[in-house]
Amino acid sequence: MKKTGAQLLCEGLIHHGGTKIFGIPGGAILPLYGTLSQYPELEHILVRHEQGASHAADGFSRASGKPGICFATSGPGATNLITGMATAMMDSSPMIAITGQVSRPGIGKDSFQEIDITGASLPVTKHNYLVMNASEIPQVVKEAFHIATTGRPGPVLIDIPRDVFMEEVEFDSSYWEQDIEILGYKPPKFADNTQVDNAIKLIEQSKRPVILAGHGVIISKAYEELLKLAESAQIPVVTTLLGISSFPENHVLSLSFPGMHGVAWASLALDQADLIIAIGSRFDDRITGDTSRFATRSKKIHIDIDPAEINKNIEVDVPLIGNVKDVLNQLLPKIKPKTHIDWINHIDKLKSDHPSLKIKKTDDLVGQYVIKSLSDETKGESVIVTGVGQHQMWAAQHYTYCSQNSWISSGGLGTMGFEVPAALGAKVGCPDKMVWSIAGDGGFQMTLSELATIVENNIKVKFALLNNNHLGMITQWQEMFFNEDFYANSYTANPDFVKLANAYGMKALSVDNNEDVRPAIREANAHDGPFLIDFKIKKEENVFPMIPSGQSVNELLEESIDGI
Amino acid sequence: MVSSSKSSRTVIALVQNRAGVLARICGLFRRQGFNIASLAVGRSEQEGLSRMTFVVEGPEEVVRLVAAKLDRLIEVVKVEDISDKEHVYREMVLIKLNADNEKRGEILQLANIFNVKTVDVGVDQMTIETTGDSKDIESLLELLEPYGVIEVMRTGRVAVLKSLE
Repeated sequence: MKKTGAQLLCEGLIHHGGTKIFGIPGGAILPLYGTLSQYPELEHILVRHEQGASHAADGFSRASGKPGICFATSGPGATNLITGMATAMMDSSPMIAITGQVSRPGIGKDSFQEIDITGASLPVTKHNYLVMNASEIPQVVKEAFHIATTGRPGPVLIDIPRDVFMEEVEFDSSYWEQDIEILGYKPPKFADNTQVDNAIKLIEQSKRPVILAGHGVIISKAYEELLKLAESAQIPVVTTLLGISSFPENHVLSLSFPGMHGVAWASLALDQADLIIAIGSRFDDRITGDTSRFATRSKKIHIDIDPAEINKNIEVDVPLIGNVKDVLNQLLPKIKPKTHIDWINHIDKLKSDHPSLKIKKTDDLVGQYVIKSLSDETKGESVIVTGVGQHQMWAAQHYTYCSQNSWISSGGLGTMGFEVPAALGAKVGCPDKMVWSIAGDGGFQMTLSELATIVENNIKVKFALLNNNHLGMITQWQEMFFNEDFYANSYTANPDFVKLANAYGMKALSVDNNEDVRPAIREANAHDGPFLIDFKIKKEENVFPMIPSGQSVNELLEESIDGI
Repeated sequence: MVSSSKSSRTVIALVQNRAGVLARICGLFRRQGFNIASLAVGRSEQEGLSRMTFVVEGPEEVVRLVAAKLDRLIEVVKVEDISDKEHVYREMVLIKLNADNEKRGEILQLANIFNVKTVDVGVDQMTIETTGDSKDIESLLELLEPYGVIEVMRTGRVAVLKSLE
């Protein structure tokens, strides 16, 4: 049967379950938009900026575990996806980006809205395609979904010229049922058995073990396996920033997250451990600081699906290359029940000696208190989406994540502006869960145009805007490392965010004192629709603990406070 | 991981023969600020696959990291840093040089030692060809220098692991 390239693409998306699409039309991709109405299974959400489409697709995929789809036209539409694809690439989030391209005869002629997006997106995609014939579309779509969702997931871009969307080719629908194999692409599943035995030996010998659980645990949905490993061998669990919500933080073995702004006891436990079991994490510089002084007393086991991560930042003793869930299932039957009473008592002492999560007793409204209140009011069970900066670190520290996969944040790329569209996408991805976006006034203003998309589609996201009219982390660094030479760190003409939200048709409240925090959160939770709370927080407030960039746990800075 | 010494590493990659593959691979070297000293590409014994030989100058650990990242590329089927394994390598060179009637015989005599072939002869220029390892080619070029070398075209290194003895 004859089909157009656009029809083949739509069928491919439906076949692979990619039915939620975030996008904006434009000239080169119009033939595809002209086809969407033939496929009622596809639900397109019209965003306000292509960057919003890419972050929404990313938020959707992180919340749902299914690849997010975004559409953009050629030229500026395509380049506007770059930040979103880079964010997804750094955090191993599956995404399919479809871009229109100028018609084939116009390629390379500097045509209107022409950009070489497959060239431009090389370093920010796991793979990409320029499709020069409609007949290639089915195979490309199939490969794209396979590549985006398997192994270490990531974004895949498919660039399709305008006339290829319209080209008619003969197609047999039974093709969708066929399996594909991509030569040279075989993500590892199980780890080498000898190495598994070596790992077991190290675990048996260890007196001070710590698990460092990363995003890989969440991606491979290995929550139960991680819990079993921790409980059966009584190993405390530190999570990386993106590993937050891979292990319940109300569990007695949970040590929260370490590193630059992590809690002191997590960084100290890693430093004092005699064995680190890194699971689906990559020894990021925000965790290690100076790699030559990172956790020098310990042997290291590293479970990762990406062989390129082994020995990249930190030399390890036992690499276990494979899918986290499968490798943990190789280990678990061989794990002998153990206790580490002295070690766990020691960590308890670290916790009481270093009360990193104490909140100041003050009449001023501080971000830490807002987040702690949000955590209590939502019982630690909301999905939290953040931007990047002080509010992100407070959100990581002071919210107690009790529910699986409930932390969505741009960890690797550190993309400010992620918090609005990613929260939108996350709520579409998990409509039955409560989604709170914790934002700063800096990042929020980078992508707030998506408030219109949120209201238009009645996407019930709640916003906790921690508004200090400052780029807070910039201010902190200028204070601490640039001799208080403050420059370009404050906003003197921020809008009235309540009026702004109202102008978009969103309910909103302003809070400037401690007493009103919880009632406002309750009102937002009770409201059946999107809601924004503008928390006017104190300006001069820094994030502690802190290990300054490139240093070690020996240089850990803490704040001595009289707190609660 | 900071390395003290830069070394010349030979990396072989088996890749799908498709548009854009070279750009992906070179992008990974470029990201690390590596210069590719030489690169040779050609079809392999398997249909649809090409084999590339890279010579890059960089710290061993970083070359190892890049090789691991190359392997991550979808279109790269296999990649191997063969520098520390026993291998043989060759490169080919075409040399165009001044050679009038008087000099031509002299040049050919000299060149015979290097197993040189004549591929083109003009009125007062000639082009010769030879194959060998880099040292052979450097020595030949040195010897020919006084005659006036006009143009040198080298293929870059191709390498293969030694068979078991």
